[in-house]
Amino acid sequence: MEFQGRTWKFGADVDTDAIIPARYLNTSDPAELAKHCMEDADPEFPSKVKPGDIIVAEKNFGCGSSREHAPICIKAAGVSCVIARSFARIFYRNAFNIGLPILESSEAVDGIDEGDEVKVDVDNGIIYNVTKGTSFKSTAIPPFMQELIDAGGLINYVRGRLNR
Amino acid sequence: MGMTITEKILAAHAGKKTVTPGELISSKVDIVLGNDITAPVAIKEFEKIGVPDVFDKEKVVLVPDHFTPNKDIKSAEQAKMLRSFAKKQGLTNYFEVGRMGIEHCLLPEQGIVLPGDVVIGADSHTCTYGALGAFSTGVGSTDMAAGMASGEVWFKVPESIKFVYNGDELNEWVSGKDLILHTIGDIGVDGALYKAMEFTGPAIRNLSMDGRFTMANMAIEAGGKNGIIEPDQTTIDYVESRAKRPYKVYSSDDDAIYDAVIEYDVSQIEPQVAFPHLPENSRPVSEAGNVEIDQVIIGSCTNGRMEDLRIAAKVLKGHKVHPDVRLVIIPGTQEIYKQAMKEGLFEIFVDANAAVSTPTCGPCLGGHMGILAKGERAIATTNRNFVGRMGHPESEVYLSNPAVAAASAIMGRIAAPGEVE
Repeated sequence: MEFQGRTWKFGADVDTDAIIPARYLNTSDPAELAKHCMEDADPEFPSKVKPGDIIVAEKNFGCGSSREHAPICIKAAGVSCVIARSFARIFYRNAFNIGLPILESSEAVDGIDEGDEVKVDVDNGIIYNVTKGTSFKSTAIPPFMQELIDAGGLINYVRGRLNR
Repeated sequence: MGMTITEKILAAHAGKKTVTPGELISSKVDIVLGNDITAPVAIKEFEKIGVPDVFDKEKVVLVPDHFTPNKDIKSAEQAKMLRSFAKKQGLTNYFEVGRMGIEHCLLPEQGIVLPGDVVIGADSHTCTYGALGAFSTGVGSTDMAAGMASGEVWFKVPESIKFVYNGDELNEWVSGKDLILHTIGDIGVDGALYKAMEFTGPAIRNLSMDGRFTMANMAIEAGGKNGIIEPDQTTIDYVESRAKRPYKVYSSDDDAIYDAVIEYDVSQIEPQVAFPHLPENSRPVSEAGNVEIDQVIIGSCTNGRMEDLRIAAKVLKGHKVHPDVRLVIIPGTQEIYKQAMKEGLFEIFVDANAAVSTPTCGPCLGGHMGILAKGERAIATTNRNFVGRMGHPESEVYLSNPAVAAASAIMGRIAAPGEVE
């Protein structure tokens, strides 16, 4: 899997209430949720983001509520992947389960400025800053998570196991 | 090599003699939980798996508690999805409005979650049940769907951090809420990321069950995978009359391995207030300064239990809520509601000019029953003070225990209970 897009930078401890405020959780329709993606962190984000764009954030991205609406709305907004110094654990699980690529890399977070064009090679965990001509390595995806990705997400994985 | 209580419970549910941190396991689950926000997504995902029935109709629990009684048409549609699914599947643990309570107050009260269980819930505060000596953790809707279909869930066995609270007695007006806010203030909102938080020490042994639920409830606010407290007589006394199935008490070995051991002297901890916009911004209430408030919420899965209401009533008795303040009190369950009524607490609340609500998560997550306007400030006994959590993105939430919240309602600013004459 390879993606390329413009980057949008966010700070530390971006919580899932900021990613998708609860006032919009009376629906689970991805397109509807996408209209409010990251709204309480940056009210302009839903109108600025373009398909393929990449979110780059500091530590503990996705902390707080377990709402899967958070990775769902990021994915539905067209964001191709999220790079962060670290991820909160429920968000981390949810992202893999629904097939939103996420990568942990402190050096990439340090080496990317907002607006940089970045290319991500998810399979090899390599992040290229096209604008600056630099590249970074991300933390390896654990083998089981890779298995989930290969199966096409948790639901397909479980379907395969239960219907075997 | 010894094991922690968390490792022992996970090993038993994975059918293994031992497990070690970092190991990936497939664990049997005793309870799978969802609410009116997360279960609709889980039900849709469940239907994609292609199995007709949930793995066990007694072990899948649905509690419509967040936006109920239905706050708008869309919420009504979501709650309806739970109702239809529960009926179709014949779930024994579906709780309709009128029987419903805030899920993390309700499940322990009804004896649905028990010591030694593995519980997953599509709600981040599922970690509450660790107070009973269960391994209990929040997951997303897709994990919930997979759990409903298979009765199993994958986990990475977490490392454990031991938090020891020394000293037999808490200071006046200090409760479990203050211990946990102080701890989060110390280690930060990702201080226990991916880890088990094991709470122990003499002060925990003397802590009530309600205080323990509050502590385990907020493990997630430090990034923890689970919070856990070894069962003792207090636990057994709570569980014994409620349990309808056998349960198992586990405890950590003396030679169990911990990633870290952090000790606190509870004589040094006074009531805490967490300032916007992170729970880690906690400080003693004596250092809060002059913070005027518009609204006070007493309730939630963190502090909506009997002990919390009794403390609030003790502070409010004979007083009036400040004329510029709205006080909303939300008992966690119908049983708590009835007990509070019996004890005359509602009379105290209503005489003080407080509004008393039916159980709901409501304002805690900015759902309904007390939303903040732009620029407004609330102090709440809830668990999160993120940007926009209780309403407008430019509103503010301060977190405290029920005594500080009640005192603040009377004074119109953040205040210590001792300041109320």
